[in-house]
Amino acid sequence: MPGKLKVKIVAGRHLPVMDRASDLTDAFVDVKFGNTTFKTDVYPKSLNPQWNSEWFKFEVDDEDLQDEPLQITVLDHDTYSANDAIGKVYIDIDPLLCSEAATVISGWLPIYDTIHGIRGEINVLVKVDFFNDLNRFRQSSCGVKFFCTTSIPRCYRAVMVHGFVEELVVNEDPEYQWIDRIRTPRASNEARQRLIFLMSGELQRKIGLKVLEMGGNAVVGYLQCFDLEGESGLVVRAIGTACTLEKISTLTSASATHPSNSSPSKDMKDSPQAAPSTLGCRSTHSSPVHSASGRLSQGFSVSVPTLLFAGMGSGGSAGKEAGPLKALLRQQTQSALEQREYPFFTLTSFPPGFLLHVGGVVSARSVKLLDRIHNPDEPETRDAWWEEIRQEIKSHAKALGCHAVLGYSESTSICEEVCILSASGTAAILGSRFVQDGPLDTDYRLSRQPLVFSTGAERVEGDMGSSASLGFEEVAPPGCGFCHIPYDELNIPFPAQLTYCYYCRRFKVPDVLFTTIDLPTEANVTGKGCLIQARLCRTKKKAQGEGNATAISNLLPFLEYELHTQLMNKLKLRGMNSLFGLRIQISVGETMLLGLASATGVYLTALPSPGRIQIAGKTPSDITYEQHISNMQKKINDTIAKNKELYEVNPPEVVEEMIGSPIPEPRQRSRLLRSHSESSDEVTELDLSHGKKDAFVLEIDDTDAVEDIHALLTDSPMPPGFYSCNTEIMPGIQNWTSAIQMFTSVRVFRLNNANLTNQGLNKIFSDLCENLLKSLYFKLRSMIPCCLCHLNFTVAVPEDELIQVAVTAVAMSFYKDQTLENGRQSGDKTLIKAITENDEQLQFNLELNAESSSSNPLSSTKGLSDVSGSHPSARAPPVDYSSFADRCSSWIEQLRLKAHTIRRGSVKTTSSLEKASPLPEGRSRSLQSNRSYSGSSVTVVKMTPLSFIPGAKITKYLGIINMFFIRETSSLREEGGVSGFLHTFIAEVFAMVRAHVAALGGNALVSYSMKECVFMENPNKNQAQSLINVSGDAVIFVRESELEATSVQPQSAATRETSNGGDGT
Amino acid sequence: MSVELDVFVGNTTIMDKEVFQLWLNGYTVSDAVKVRIEGGIMEECEANAEVLLSDTMDQYRTFQMCERLLHHPAKLSNQLLFQIPPDRQAMLIERYYAFDDAFVREVLGKKLSKGTKKDLDDVSAKTGIMLKSCRRQFDNFKRVFKVVEELKGPLVENIQQHFLLPDQLGRDYAAIVFFASNRFETGKKKLQYLTFQDFAFCAGQLINHWTVGAVDNMMDDMDVDLDKEFLQDLKDLKILITDKDLLDQHKSLVCTALRGKTNVFNEMEANFKNLSRSLVNIAAKLINAKDVRDFFIDLVEKFIEPCRSDRWTSIDVNLYLTHYTNSAHILDTFKHHGVWTRYMGVIKSCILRIYH
Repeated sequence: MPGKLKVKIVAGRHLPVMDRASDLTDAFVDVKFGNTTFKTDVYPKSLNPQWNSEWFKFEVDDEDLQDEPLQITVLDHDTYSANDAIGKVYIDIDPLLCSEAATVISGWLPIYDTIHGIRGEINVLVKVDFFNDLNRFRQSSCGVKFFCTTSIPRCYRAVMVHGFVEELVVNEDPEYQWIDRIRTPRASNEARQRLIFLMSGELQRKIGLKVLEMGGNAVVGYLQCFDLEGESGLVVRAIGTACTLEKISTLTSASATHPSNSSPSKDMKDSPQAAPSTLGCRSTHSSPVHSASGRLSQGFSVSVPTLLFAGMGSGGSAGKEAGPLKALLRQQTQSALEQREYPFFTLTSFPPGFLLHVGGVVSARSVKLLDRIHNPDEPETRDAWWEEIRQEIKSHAKALGCHAVLGYSESTSICEEVCILSASGTAAILGSRFVQDGPLDTDYRLSRQPLVFSTGAERVEGDMGSSASLGFEEVAPPGCGFCHIPYDELNIPFPAQLTYCYYCRRFKVPDVLFTTIDLPTEANVTGKGCLIQARLCRTKKKAQGEGNATAISNLLPFLEYELHTQLMNKLKLRGMNSLFGLRIQISVGETMLLGLASATGVYLTALPSPGRIQIAGKTPSDITYEQHISNMQKKINDTIAKNKELYEVNPPEVVEEMIGSPIPEPRQRSRLLRSHSESSDEVTELDLSHGKKDAFVLEIDDTDAVEDIHALLTDSPMPPGFYSCNTEIMPGIQNWTSAIQMFTSVRVFRLNNANLTNQGLNKIFSDLCENLLKSLYFKLRSMIPCCLCHLNFTVAVPEDELIQVAVTAVAMSFYKDQTLENGRQSGDKTLIKAITENDEQLQFNLELNAESSSSNPLSSTKGLSDVSGSHPSARAPPVDYSSFADRCSSWIEQLRLKAHTIRRGSVKTTSSLEKASPLPEGRSRSLQSNRSYSGSSVTVVKMTPLSFIPGAKITKYLGIINMFFIRETSSLREEGGVSGFLHTFIAEVFAMVRAHVAALGGNALVSYSMKECVFMENPNKNQAQSLINVSGDAVIFVRESELEATSVQPQSAATRETSNGGDGT
Repeated sequence: MSVELDVFVGNTTIMDKEVFQLWLNGYTVSDAVKVRIEGGIMEECEANAEVLLSDTMDQYRTFQMCERLLHHPAKLSNQLLFQIPPDRQAMLIERYYAFDDAFVREVLGKKLSKGTKKDLDDVSAKTGIMLKSCRRQFDNFKRVFKVVEELKGPLVENIQQHFLLPDQLGRDYAAIVFFASNRFETGKKKLQYLTFQDFAFCAGQLINHWTVGAVDNMMDDMDVDLDKEFLQDLKDLKILITDKDLLDQHKSLVCTALRGKTNVFNEMEANFKNLSRSLVNIAAKLINAKDVRDFFIDLVEKFIEPCRSDRWTSIDVNLYLTHYTNSAHILDTFKHHGVWTRYMGVIKSCILRIYH
């Protein structure tokens, strides 16, 4: 009996009127866990009952603690007839099972009914007395921490990254059971909600077990999905990255306030070793492919002539054919990785030294026919499907000379009985530090040996240098290292043009780089990034069964190819050369296929500037035709020029002779770069670089090309003051204010005209997305200058002629005067690179040193850099702590005067968390006073899809929030039609998420995502139903200004952050 | 092709002040879009009509969802559905409960009943305020009235506490409630020149000085009803006009004091008895509920109009009323000083306010 769950029901408020006669309610509460139920007394005739119950105690197994949700039902007592349910609250008690997460759940939680929505609130107290069971054969995995965040959580340090964990559980969908014909919609919805809660609990427990087996203590980048397969069942599956995390003690460690909190300690020796045996993560289902008998099970591969690599690999030995030393080094990490079945990582950003080289995007799709799941206890079929796909991904990665896949994710699209399974990731080569299981320090030392230099082999040197540590920056700057090709240049797995790295000039880089990960924090970027979307719609004939599946799998390669071409064109149109956070979603409907690819375009300094887009006609006979083409060409050229200006893409002019000398003196390079970025009037000269490359030719005779050009030119530019990206951070913007606004927007579009051409459909789909974006810009205009970060589009074809697009993102304001600083920043950065020594922890200090030593026209900057640099560190400039307070106030004074001219924050593109935001004192004060004045009883809970909160520091992770809700109505018109219905539902879901975060003691939900938003309607019957699944990490954050007040130690750059953000969440 | 569903939900509920005002004013979505387009917002934000329509619809929907919370503003601050910053909440409440002076003049002192509500289309036609907006304002009055009607304690504070209204708006609502429950006549032609603020001022005076709560805060009764005892006592003031000697004495005292201080002295002297009779008669009649209703019409007909026809300036009126009030205290046989002060204090400030 390892756990005792204690529940106390305190009070209710805002209850609905259940008794029409008295306009009151006689409420009581049913508290259920597992099979045990307790009841409170009836609190008669009140809408605000005060039960103040005793502590209800449940003595349960820890297995049940993990699987079962606590179910609280509020009912209205009725003497003569059956008691009416008012609504329910499901509480996931998982956060209470981990010592480092929450300790109590206490607060007002909305009472939810699937038909009526939120009906009042209930105040509960939940605690767990937990006796940890060390039984080796246990089935529970209490204590394993789960994070949705796809990077190492901010107050932890990764000791070891173990690798991929996955699990799936299946069950029959209660909505499709025979009993559903006789029960009420409410009962059916509740059965479904409860089942999914149970299944998620079970799934989490099983994943936890695997993590323990691997010797880890946490899952990062936990991604759980539902496949509503209809008749054939319900699948809940999850993937994640098992890690061993160590908590960074908050105020004593300098690294806690370092911009890249995730940076691990140098001292690896004291890290606990992993369990000696790294068992494959899939120990349970070892049975091989288990194909649905007699059914079609068709995979497909497509090889597109660029970096989006989805073809079958050709042996995949490329990496090993390189120089012997390199091979040796690789083998070390590789062997570590090869012990694992899947060297996959769901993370998208990494601690320094983790990622060495990026190969490109790998993806695999497979079309399957769904079959009824006969035995829920044996989910082999679904398992086998995913296994196939993962194997394919693995072999693609190999073909790219890579031994790992990063930013890995899986998704499905289901239409009737056809299901497309997709997986994608970024093939990469990893550093040895986090992944190997052998004795760590030996390897570590080995890789740092100066022996590297004596080999003379250029490539080896680079690999060794960057893999060893950041200490050898002079050898391979981390700002470009990841761009260097991992595959053998003589054995390129796909057509690509290689050039020498434009940053270090020593290693080969591809001309374009596509990835699914976030932009590495240390990457050198020119200008800003922007969201790039490729949208495609293809008609399909209605078909059944295998025919349908075949038709779809025949269409897929073309779809993927075209999406890719579109992405490429749009990238070039913006004058950029790489894509990050690429996410391709393909959705099936009965009569069409939708493809949406989103990514953030970036100009990587290390990569060559993109070639020009040239339009060519096949038959240049007609003069008007020629004219037309040249017009178009001009338009395109103009757009490119305009875009370059907008995104400040003004790469440094290449000095040709540099190619001859492979190892330029770093200082010289940095000065060179600096001088370029400081002068912004060089944009016009840039076209020169186009001439040197093969232009990207679009042949206009091709109808597809016409379409492409059309699509290219119809993308309307963002209104001034707006930027957008789909990654965690926006390259080129750092100085965020604390105003953030997370939102979800959903649109459903009806195609009235059944027989549309592909082109027509395309246009409609593209317009739909564009208009949605335009609406967002308009809505959020008060936040200008602002960036829409982590823009996540989800498309679906809920019905024959419907297209649904859902967007979730966060709008974050930033301070305007940034543009002036860009030049300085890149200059600084390179300068720092040049002088930085081994200890990357000190980088922050150093750069500030650099800054204050560089000639700065502003007198106040000196003072500022002193504060920000005053980490407790030997290298920090001397600061007189006693006079700190005085200085503080005078700085604030100065800031108020010079807010526009002071360079703020660090130069790193990392977490903008630390970036200061000098809100004028007056305003922030008024905000604060406003808030304290009102005495509102509701905690403000911020929500963001990002892993951080600007201007604040996350001090504690309270646990994962993973909630699933169903809402149904049979009075659609009365509830404001479809829009009114969904609007209310989404608002209710947000409210419930916020309430649960607050009850855990948190004030924010980070890494929020809405993974499922299914909407079905039947206007004729006045009915609608919707399902929403949301998840994220509940955290406590502290404003940096507040930290400042409480801690004696001055924090970095936080002095100026004073707003409490009362105006945006 | 049509947009079937279009929603935007922010973690912090986004509410546009301008659109909120249009919604409050009763504009339909399409009219609101027109107004916004005319306002030049499209050029400002590079938007198009489609975007504007979508935004307006979305905002309207949000307001509709919020409206039920605005009916009980206290709920707005502890509800969980919408995360609205406190300053925004205050703005929403203030604007929702704001009313048009033109509208309130029409219903001031009327019973807040269904019958009155039915006549709102006439009010709408007369004032040019949209019917929807009229209804909202009327319902607000009624809601506030219903809530505070049964509450003990000071009226203004009760209103402010329950509806979280700013100071001035709370006072205005107190006036509306006070007028509605005492059914003061305000609609007669002769009273048309008076603004709502004139009445609100008078209501404030009456609430502060003539109600039960005015004398004793601990009393269970509330501010809405006039102090019956006081009204009873007012009858005693009749002695000032019924006793010939007293009247003459009073007149001579006032005239002595006024002589040489005003251009309209002759008129004052000539009218003294008439005016004094009027004021005392008004006082004596206040015990009848029906005459309470006519309080303002009486003041205007019996005092203000005569003065106005004699071209008194408001300085003259002030002077006259000051001496008229003070002189009564010097009268030997006049005993009701307390009641007199309480009565005349309010009468004087009310008359001064509405004498224009």
